Amino acid sequence: MTPVLYRVLSRRRHTVDVVTLRMAPLRGEAMTLRCGQFNMLTAFGVGESAISVSSGPDERDWIEHTVRDVGPVTHALCATAPGEVVGVRGPFGTDWGVEEEDGDVVVVAGGIGLAPLRGAILHLLGRSGDGRLFVLVGARSPSQFVFAEDLRAWSAAGAHVAVTVDVAEPGWAGHVGLVTSLLGTAGFDPAATSALVCGPEVMMRFVAGALLDRGMAPHRIKVSLERNMQCGLAWCGHCQLGPLLLCRDGPVVTYDGVVPPLMLERER
Amino acid sequence: MNVQDLKEVVRTHPMLAGLPEDVVELAAGCAHNVVFAEGALLFAEGDTADTLYLLRRGRVAIEVHTPAQAPLVIETVGAGDAVGWSWLIPPYRWRFDARAIEPVGAVALDGTCLRGKAEADPAFGYALLQQITAVILDRLQATRVRLLDLYEAPRGA
Repeated sequence: MTPVLYRVLSRRRHTVDVVTLRMAPLRGEAMTLRCGQFNMLTAFGVGESAISVSSGPDERDWIEHTVRDVGPVTHALCATAPGEVVGVRGPFGTDWGVEEEDGDVVVVAGGIGLAPLRGAILHLLGRSGDGRLFVLVGARSPSQFVFAEDLRAWSAAGAHVAVTVDVAEPGWAGHVGLVTSLLGTAGFDPAATSALVCGPEVMMRFVAGALLDRGMAPHRIKVSLERNMQCGLAWCGHCQLGPLLLCRDGPVVTYDGVVPPLMLERER
Repeated sequence: MNVQDLKEVVRTHPMLAGLPEDVVELAAGCAHNVVFAEGALLFAEGDTADTLYLLRRGRVAIEVHTPAQAPLVIETVGAGDAVGWSWLIPPYRWRFDARAIEPVGAVALDGTCLRGKAEADPAFGYALLQQITAVILDRLQATRVRLLDLYEAPRGA
């Protein structure tokens, strides 16, 4: 599958190592995406990396990807300036299924895990009906939040938004504690709410466990898993997790069946 | 707040919810209602530890005072949480400060009273310890996860 050329329209910096790139195809319309999917982004001359989509599903003129600088490819992507070109293969994988959600939804994000959830949040904010949206976000410290301005906008738009940090900085007057500490006071009924969870896998295990302890049904909890995505086409097997090929059967999976024990599997 | 109201608050607080009625009755006998203005200390490091606080409203910061800088906040807790464990174990001294960062309403259970009743009635003591230990375990596990610094990125592709 050949990468399609996309030109970077803008680069928005969130933290020292996280940027969001907005990009549009050189020809034609932007690809049709579903929230939770990912693309393989090419930094020409360097390599390719699986990056989740962070824009909403209704944009037709551009797509956005939020990238963290953790190696040569992502470093090159983060350094891509407006006007420069990257390659895009995709979209791949499963989605959050927010189009079917008409009840209360709690979104729990840790760190850059908010990026793959952003499109789902935008969709849920725009739906009609009585379903409430709860957005709970954890970050390492106050200066490490991504989409900080969006969090304020989502709160103004009617979402219940709560944030917490692992480590406070001088002047921080908000919550300090693991993101699970926000669950008890958020105000949702676990028995009547669905959850979308994304962040470090250890964090997702703890959040899922806490939600189950509070009475949420396993099939109503969705997490976003990742392994070493390379082909994106379920061919190379690098992203295999037990019976799942996460580029095809994930990244979004329901926290029931084979998933909980797979998430506890020790790699050998 | 009268005695009946106090008992109802103790019975329904998440920290003690689900306990047998006789345990609730004994615990409530050690309770009184308290309020703290924003900025007030619930307790200070080094002082005698003598109270279990069941928070009903407001938020409390568990913090460490540090010379020449603002206190370092370790964790914040709020309505439905409990704060204060050092009354359980000698030398009964607070290890940290606890400060109201919003106006706080709480039920304060006297530690000496609770220990006395637990020693006189081991079944009560065991039931109370089970509840308290569950909360401490939860906090310890969360703290361990925070220590992992999970939001720091691994080096990769």
